[in-house]
Formats: sequence, C-alpha cells, structure tokens
Amino acid sequence: MSNENTHKHAHAHDHHDDKPTGFLNRWLFTTNHKDIGTLYLILALVMFFVGGAMAMIIRAELFMPGLQLVEPDFFNQMTTMHALIMVFGAVMPAWVGFANWMIPMMIGAPDMALPRLNNWSFWILPFAFTMLASTLFMDSGGPAAGWTLYPPLSLQGGQSFAFVVFSIHMMGISSIMGAINVIATILNMRAPGMGLLRMPLFVWTWLITAFLLIAVMPVLAGAVTMLLTDHFFATSFFNAAGGGDPVMFQHIFWFFGHPEVYILILPAFGVVSEIIPTFARKPLFGYSAMVYATASIAFLSFIVWAHHMFTVGMPLTGELFFMYATMLIAIPTGVKVFNWVSTMWKGSMTFETPMLFAIGFVVLFTIGGLSGLMLAIASVDLQYHDTYFVVAHFHYVLVPGSVFALMAGTYYWLPKWTGHMYSEKWGKIHFWLSAISVNILFFPQHYLGLAGMPRRIPDYSTQFADFNMISSIGGFIFGASQLIFLGVIIHCVYKSRVKAPGRVWEGAKGLEWTLSSPPPYHSFNTPPVIDSTTVAHAEGTH
Amino acid sequence: MNQPEHIEGRNIHRKLVRKLVLLAVAMFGFGFALWPLYNVFCDLTGLGGRGVQVVENAGVLEQSARQIKIRFDANVNSSLPWEFEAKEKAAMVPLGEMNEALYVAMNPTDTVMVGQAIYNVTPPEASLYFVKTECFCFTLQVLQAKESREMPVYYFIQADLPEYIKEITLSYTFFRNTSADAVALSDDETSSARTVLKDRPK
Ligand code: HEM
Ligand SMILES: [Cu+2]
Repeated sequence: MSNENTHKHAHAHDHHDDKPTGFLNRWLFTTNHKDIGTLYLILALVMFFVGGAMAMIIRAELFMPGLQLVEPDFFNQMTTMHALIMVFGAVMPAWVGFANWMIPMMIGAPDMALPRLNNWSFWILPFAFTMLASTLFMDSGGPAAGWTLYPPLSLQGGQSFAFVVFSIHMMGISSIMGAINVIATILNMRAPGMGLLRMPLFVWTWLITAFLLIAVMPVLAGAVTMLLTDHFFATSFFNAAGGGDPVMFQHIFWFFGHPEVYILILPAFGVVSEIIPTFARKPLFGYSAMVYATASIAFLSFIVWAHHMFTVGMPLTGELFFMYATMLIAIPTGVKVFNWVSTMWKGSMTFETPMLFAIGFVVLFTIGGLSGLMLAIASVDLQYHDTYFVVAHFHYVLVPGSVFALMAGTYYWLPKWTGHMYSEKWGKIHFWLSAISVNILFFPQHYLGLAGMPRRIPDYSTQFADFNMISSIGGFIFGASQLIFLGVIIHCVYKSRVKAPGRVWEGAKGLEWTLSSPPPYHSFNTPPVIDSTTVAHAEGTH
Repeated sequence: MNQPEHIEGRNIHRKLVRKLVLLAVAMFGFGFALWPLYNVFCDLTGLGGRGVQVVENAGVLEQSARQIKIRFDANVNSSLPWEFEAKEKAAMVPLGEMNEALYVAMNPTDTVMVGQAIYNVTPPEASLYFVKTECFCFTLQVLQAKESREMPVYYFIQADLPEYIKEITLSYTFFRNTSADAVALSDDETSSARTVLKDRPK
C-alpha cells in the first residue's frame, strides 16, 4: 500500500486538505464521516434502483390479469426481495448516510465518535447484499415467503434460506454498530453550548431512532436464528409438527417490525423539520413538542405490534388493547403534522425542490397515516388485512413518506456536500413527475384492496384489471422519473458549474451552514462558538 | 484530528459504548427469551389454544346442567398423504361428563408411515377448561400400508367454563414424522403397535 502512496503523491498535492491518497485508502479504509456518509448514500442509491427494477417486474406482471411474464414462484421472490432490499438496503442505509454526513456537522463535532467502527459498519453491507442477491441464482431460488418471513411458508424453501438469514444477521450487526456510533457521537461530542434542547431535530430524531435500532434489530436476529435452526437443525420453535407455534413467530417478528417502521420514518420527520423552517423563513413551530412527540411515538411503537395480527384469533381484550394503543400513535403524529403546517402558516415561503418534496411529504404521508388509522380498527381490519389496502397504506408512508424525505434531504444538502448547485429546473420536473405518478401508482390500490384483491399474488380476477393497469402505468412513470433524480445528482457532482455558497439557502439556520460548501475534509477540529444566531432552535424560540 | 485527542476520545466513549453493546446483547437474549415467556403466558391464559389439561383418571366430576356444542375438525399436513376425519362433525355434550370422540385415519399408500397429531382448541381460552384422559395425539401413530384405524379421544369439559363461550372447536392436524417412518419400516411388518413417544410435544 505504501508503494502506491508514494506513487500517487504528486497527484495528491493539488488537494489542499489531507484526504488519504489512493482509491483503496480513500474509500476502503476510510474513517472519515463524510466519506463514509457518501459510501452509504451511494449504496442506498444503487439498492434503490435494484429494488426498483424488481418493483417494475412486479408491476409489469400485474399490468394485466393472467400470467404473462414470470413464474408465480419467481414473482414471490421478487415481492420478497423488493421489500427486503428497499427496507434494509435503500432506506435504512440512506438514513445512516445522512446521519454520517450531517450529525457531526450539525452538532459541531470533528467526526463520528468511533470512526473505525464506522468503516466496519459500512463495509459489512455490500457483502450482506451480495449474499442476499446471490440466492436468486441458487437452485432453490431467493426467499419467497414475503419480507415478514412467516413460518411455515418460509421454512419450506430450500438451502438458500441460510444465506438469507446470514445476510439479515449482517445487516443487523451493521445497523447496531451504526446506532451505537450515532448515540456516542450525539451524547459525547456536542460542541460546548449545544445543549440537548438546542440540537437540530434531525439529530434528535436520529438519537431516538438509534435507540430503537439497538432495541429491536437484535430481536429480529433472534427470530431469524430460530427460523434457521427450525429449518436446518430440527428444532421446533415455530414448527407445529414438533409442538411449536407459528403464530409466535409473528409476535416476535412484529415486536421488531413495528418499531422498524418508525426507524424508517423518524429521521424523515427530522429532515422535514429542518427543511420547512428554512423555506418558510420561520423557526420551527413547537420545537420541544416535536421532540416529545418523537419520543412518545418511539415508546408507543413497542406496544402496538399485534395490530399486524388482528386476524390470528386474539381474545377481544387483546384486539381492543392493540387497537386503542395504535390509535394513540396518531396523536403525537398529528402534533407533528400540525406543527409543520403551523411553521408554514404566514411564512414567506418559496418553493425550491427540497421544499416541494417536504410539502409533498406532509400531504402524502398524512394520507398514509389516515389509512393506518383505518387499519388500526380491529373489526374492519379483518376485511383489509393482507389486501392491497395494506399495500397502499405502507407505500404511502414509505414512498412519499420516507423516500420523499430522503429526496428532500438530498436536494437540501447536495449543494453543501458537493459545493455545486443542482439543476433546479430538473429537480422540479423530478418532483412533479414523482408526486403525480406516485399517486397514480398507489391511490388505486386502496380501492383494489377494499374490493378484495389480496396482496402477494401474481394473477387476479378480471374485475381488478382496470385499476391494476392504472397503477402499473403510474409505477412505470414513477420508475422512469427516478432516472431524472440520478441524472440531477450526477450532473451536480460532475458537471454543475454553479458554485454553492456556505449558507446555501438564505433562510437556513444551523452549524452546517457556517462551513464552506463543500465543507473541509475535517471540519470543526476546534469546536465552534455557539450562540443563538447560529442554531435553529435557540432557547427563545420554543 | 491529532493523535492525543483521538485517544482521549476513546476513553470518554468507552463507558457509554459498553452500556450500549450490553443493551444490544441483552435484547438479543430477550428475543430468545420471548419464546419461553410466550409459552408460559399461553399456558396460563390458554391463548395458544393448547392449554388442555391431561389427567390419568377423571375421578368424580363436578356436574352441570349446561350443555355445549363441540365441533371436531380434522386436517392433514400436505407432507402426509393420509385420509383423516372425525366420525361425527359435532356433538352436544354436558359439562362435567366424560365423553368419547372418534376420529378415523387411513393410510392409502403402499408403505408404512408414522404420523403425529397436533391439537388446537378454539376459542383458545376454552382450552383451559378442556381435559383429556386419553388421546391419539399422546403418541405417534403408525399406519401400515392401506391400514385404517379408529382413533378415540376421551375428554370432558369442566363445569366452570365461562358463560360467554357457546361453542368449542377441537381441531387436529396430522403431521408426518419421517425419522420415525424409518424406524417403523425396519420394524416387524406385522407389528402395528403404537410407538409410545417419551417426549410428547406439549
Ligand atoms: C398513524 C400511524 C400508523 C398507523 C395507525 C398504522 C397502522 C398499521 C396497521 C394496523 C397495519 C397492519 C395492517 C394489516 O396487515 O392488516 C399496518 C401495516 C404496515 N404499516 Fe403502518 N401504521 C402507521 C404508520 C406507519 C408508518 C409510519 C410506516 C412506515 C414508514 C408504516 C409501515 C407499515 C408497513 C410496512 C405495514 C405492512 C407490513 C406487512 O404486512 O408487510 N406504517 N400499519
Ligand atoms: Cu405496525
């Protein structure tokens, strides 16, 4: 390695910071939070397109009734892999990428607390996803029992199941290490004067998300380990033939699963809470209410898991408990939506691309929250469960929810990261195409579900034909629009000539904007001086 | 970052990181602990539908004038090509009285096979008041090629069954036990004795 270094030494001289030289040193062995953030974001983007391609296969098969393109078993592998890749490969790593880039800059820290652990947690992931994807090329095919891996179906697959379980273990280890790093950074490395209740909301939501990750990823690891031994070592944790109970897997899985959906959405709440004040040119309305709402959502998320299981035959008291507990979550969530709207109220708003995505998030995420409330009503969930209504619900909270927030955040901070402005025109085209097509794609699925179309099937009765065709057309437009996103990013990184100032958006508050764009490779080596003009949430503005 | 700062940095993090790692490890343990915890919970509440009590001898039962409808359900797991059904689909039984229910299983194939029946009671809470003295699910069942056999269950429902339970379903699913199949094949062809399973699945 040192040989290579001397070789490239001459090259490195025109960099004025001390970036490591050589491709391997710079990327494989990096411990720099900005580089690791970039790696996470690139991985997430690649996974977003891989998972997206699978979604296109699914929507193409569902374009018309009947079996046209793929075998049913392959279809099931596609739905399962699409979900696993989008959840664990796209959205979660993307949020960790944002955390790496932004948290140190937002709290005035020089880097993440544990830089080497940070490198390790990223570099596990490409191996995990290669292993997961490789199952598609094995004799027994990829996992096909749905991302929830319910037994007995998930136990009826072939040998490749072991690879699926190990890849989930690796993703879990990566997430837990990332979460430990985030917590240590936030709790130990804040610049003097950055009190907890002065932290930007993105930092707050990530702190809480990190605790959720540490609490539930190990439970998922335990659950899939029990599946593994049931499959290969003749244990009977969930195997009815040996006296186990398959429904118990669902209880254990959803103890992980419901907090998991908040792992996907809480950082989104944080990003949107950064962007809306910037473009409304007003401080966030109800800062501390936002913090407490996030914490209560996180707490409640542990006591609602069985709302995914209303149909398994619970006693009435159980159904009622989980129904009311679930509905309770709508209160802190409603507080958040109210505060975002109030922040915009009478603000001097402008509608740059990040703001468009943030507003799109508020409106469309709320639709997803409302269908969630409908699903929370135990008596009617008997009809909705496992239909396209559920598919519509979680896609509204995840696509125009988490994914729109990721895009909003990307447009918001891309000039900061690269030092160049992206193309506002193409950003807006990307937004409008995405916002319209995502509704064409998912809104009809509510009706399909109410009319009784089950989820996870490759073929359907002809009465569902028209709405499925509409949905597929929306899907293809949405898929194609994301190529614009890719184009805007590539243009911004390599081609854009418009230099971005340090404070990219004139209404933006927060420490990251006091740095140049792009920020120096090592920032805040000496802690910044913090006063109420540099932070977004000075004590006076609660 | 220069070196001393770095090293000092590690020390401030060590305590916190140790706690967080401990939390993660504890949660991994908790994931496994959920399994016995749920089992205890289900035993106490009957919520898994598998809270049936087993007694050797019913003794003198508390009687009741109340009657309840019991449905008998029979299923075979797809890996076991048997035919299996309840002789009667339902019966009205008085509480606190011994009853017999008959199931019939038949092996239509040309090889000897071993099955294990697993029961379930709906509504699950009712399983706590369901008592069996004998059941074909207590042991492995061996059926020779083309053999058909009646399989009885002796049971009673306790008189203190809550009022709101109006009907109970007793359901069985027969699963194949391939490891026992091999043993049965090597056994004497004529022996149709039931292999008694020591560790009866609960
Ligand atoms: C007001 C808030 C919410 C409520 C009341 C709610 C309620 C529900 C209910 C009751 C179900 C189960 C439906 C069924 O299977 O029959 C469900 C499914 C689901 N929800 Fe939510 N939800 C909310 C927010 C969210 C958020 C924020 C996310 C993710 C970002 C999310 C993601 C999901 C997913 C992925 C599923 C489907 C899981 C599966 O079966 O594969 N939900 N939701
Ligand atoms: Cu949930």
